[in-house]
Amino acid sequence: MKLDGKIPEGPLDQKWNKYKNSVRLVNPSNKRNIEVIVVGTGLAGSSAAASLAEMGYKVKAFCFQDSPRRAHSIAAQGGINAAKNYMNDGDSTYRLFYDTIKGGDYRSREANVHRLAEVSASIIDQCVAQGVPFARDYGGLLDNRSFGGTQVSRTFYAKGQTGQQLLLGAYSALSRQIGKGSVKLYNRHEMMDLVVVDGKARGIIARNMITGEIESHSGHAVVLCTGGYGNVFFLSTNAMGSNVAAAWRAHRKGAAFANACFTQIHPTCIPVSGDHQSKLTLMSESLRNDGRIWVPLHKEDAEAIRAKKLKPTDLPEERRDYYLERRYPAFGNLVPRDVASRAAKERCDAGFGVNATGEAVYLDFASAFMRYGKTAATVQGVHNATEDQIRELGRKVVAGKYGNLFQMYEQIVAENPYQTPMMIYPAVHYTMGGLWVDYELMTTVTGCYACGEANFSDHGANRLGASALMQGLADGYFVLPYTIGNYLADEISTGAISTKTPEFIEAEKAVRERLEGLFKTTGTETVDTYHKKLGKIIWDYCGMARSKEGLEFAISEIRKIREEFYKNVKVPGGMTGVNTELEKATRVADFIELGELMCLDALDRDESCGGHFREEFQTEEGEALRVDDKYSYVAAWEFTGDPSAPKLNKEDLIYENIKVQQRSYK
Amino acid sequence: MSNGNMNLTLKVWRQSSNTAAGKMENYQLGGVSPDMSFLEMIDMLNDQIIRKGEDAIAFDHDCREGICGMCSMFINGEAHGPNRGVTTCQLHMRSFKDGDTIYIEPWRAEGFPVVKDLMVDRAAFDRIIQSGGFVSVNTSGRTMDANAIPIPKDDADKAFDAATCIGCGACVATCPNSSAMLFVSAKVSQFALLPQGHPERKERVLNMVKQMDEEGFGNCSNIGACEVQCPKNISIENIARMNREYLSASVKPEN
Repeated sequence: MKLDGKIPEGPLDQKWNKYKNSVRLVNPSNKRNIEVIVVGTGLAGSSAAASLAEMGYKVKAFCFQDSPRRAHSIAAQGGINAAKNYMNDGDSTYRLFYDTIKGGDYRSREANVHRLAEVSASIIDQCVAQGVPFARDYGGLLDNRSFGGTQVSRTFYAKGQTGQQLLLGAYSALSRQIGKGSVKLYNRHEMMDLVVVDGKARGIIARNMITGEIESHSGHAVVLCTGGYGNVFFLSTNAMGSNVAAAWRAHRKGAAFANACFTQIHPTCIPVSGDHQSKLTLMSESLRNDGRIWVPLHKEDAEAIRAKKLKPTDLPEERRDYYLERRYPAFGNLVPRDVASRAAKERCDAGFGVNATGEAVYLDFASAFMRYGKTAATVQGVHNATEDQIRELGRKVVAGKYGNLFQMYEQIVAENPYQTPMMIYPAVHYTMGGLWVDYELMTTVTGCYACGEANFSDHGANRLGASALMQGLADGYFVLPYTIGNYLADEISTGAISTKTPEFIEAEKAVRERLEGLFKTTGTETVDTYHKKLGKIIWDYCGMARSKEGLEFAISEIRKIREEFYKNVKVPGGMTGVNTELEKATRVADFIELGELMCLDALDRDESCGGHFREEFQTEEGEALRVDDKYSYVAAWEFTGDPSAPKLNKEDLIYENIKVQQRSYK
Repeated sequence: MSNGNMNLTLKVWRQSSNTAAGKMENYQLGGVSPDMSFLEMIDMLNDQIIRKGEDAIAFDHDCREGICGMCSMFINGEAHGPNRGVTTCQLHMRSFKDGDTIYIEPWRAEGFPVVKDLMVDRAAFDRIIQSGGFVSVNTSGRTMDANAIPIPKDDADKAFDAATCIGCGACVATCPNSSAMLFVSAKVSQFALLPQGHPERKERVLNMVKQMDEEGFGNCSNIGACEVQCPKNISIENIARMNREYLSASVKPEN
């Protein structure tokens, strides 16, 4: 397999413009005869489908949910980055580019990331024009806040529901095109396979989740906007239905899967409370603007808190360890996610955890209440306000910023975070790895594209907060609509693509047989049992810390799980009609294969970088130790027919504009 | 810590398909922990059902953090159960007692036909949005700067509050008239409060209301149950605003 990133020549800040000026176009009358399949309707999928339809292509959009508005982008909380510099704090396209490359621990492509930073400002303009109600200041202009790994405020937000507002914006654009008949929507449809004809992606096989029918759909190009694979861990902040099936099936049909081991463990999630739990809930990174993270300074205090003999609010300042502020004075509580997560794990492993399981730290708003309260009292002319009055005023300000997050916390934990600090612990949140794509977002299967979290391209080994929304919308609104034309310009005389060809018939048959095979076992174990087993292995050995020994053990365990799954899984019901267990079974089968690839990828990378922390490779201070001369590459894995023996292809990362150095947030 | 000690009697609506007849089935479930979410309790029940070789209870759910709007369920006669301001996925078993009998039914409304068991078809909501719930602006890197039109914070905040609707359909399920006016008015309000929504203000409200009526949803008779049961506390003031928008659009359609 040859990997050609197709990075345009020329200076970094002119590459995208130059590309746009020279890319081939498809004239309007030809667009009407070209069909594009878009799978997934999150930020990337909805924005891509809407934009392509506006341009005149015929679009078919697929989602497994009952409505495109429910894609998991909706759950993104804190915000979206854009280099607008409205705050006059020194931000620029270059700084957003630089922060993203550095945040990704120098494992992403310069050209892609610079393009992302360039189009970021247009995203905000576009969303405001669509009627997205971002937070505003009293003067009527847009407000910003800070996220991790940056020293500027470039994050636009809508309380703790930014993803919801952005997705509803993209959904409304998509709905407008559906209403016009330019997009045909297939909801409650799940992609089961990619169909490749003469080396080109020509369609998909989908299962109608209501009738159970296996359907063939054809198009001149297939765009996968199917999100990440965090649910391989079983417990993650992903939605229950989020899965890797579409990307994995494309991988099995020839799309290289890149950097599978680059997963993001988000530092501020509600801790696991018991083994009944089906998912974990994020508390937005934006909370680290105002919340301070700490554990007790002395072990005996931590023990007393765990035994519920001591309350956190009773512990005086001098007996608290604000360990992020201590270790990273320059960035403090706003270090990137991988750094914050490891630091929490380090304290908890050392015995300073604060909940019954010992796996939680505090996120405390007490000082923010007082800080905001004092300002509010001054503004409102409340003189000689008592401490309680100030705190109350401050709580109102904080509620205005993060109200829904505090409410979510209280629902789950049954503790009032206005009264006592939140308890948080890292949890799986996002996957930087994904389908390998070139500069045009095309995978190694001609005509098959991947956008948003489904591709690997922009975040390197660690994504900065508020950059997933930016990337999803950048890909869908401003990148793919240009780049796909370069391919479709060759398709103007292809004509309609028949689904009656042997390739479609074969693929349909294979899907049917795969599904029917799941009913043939006389198994006794539920799908969830295997998913939980797999998730635990990956969390323990391919989670926040990895080692050669552990990964080798995990690989052998995952192979056993795969074997056992096909022998002993119990799927009730049949092929027709709604069958939620069948849906889960096919997804878990793909997760098992992907899980092995994640471990193989982590084992190959004898270095630590970003979210990939190999215990053998760390500095004296416990920071990630990269090995640039050997591992400054994208690991693009090729499917060989045996999930245990993928072939590694390498795309060297070349830094022409940024000096690669040891990442420091001190 | 994992296993609890609550024993429950669950009466669950089972209906194998849209055309089949449905009925309430009885299930006994023990070992429920008060820390479980309501849907985790259903997961546990399904595990028991699957192990018996029977068909799992079908129900809609996805994000399980109260934002996707996919979960539904009428619990003991209330949309999303007894607590206010939460979706079913955020409801925890600590809101129930050991020995309780819990009735679990799907949304029931002409506009939301049952697909299977507790799963209903809410595509009518999508069609209402498709009829006008948008600002007609194409993708372009050349729209005006996001700060070109200042928007009073109060308007922006109100638009946001309306826009937090998750489209779950609890308002319809709760309303004796199966009215969708809280849902429709939330979208109409969002755009009526923002300058970007003004050029299409009139067609929007007329088209969306027309589609709403065609989908078989009833009218609002000011009962207010929707506002009470809405998991996102969408205010009934939005319905008043939509009525004003509708009236002014109907009276002077030419201007």
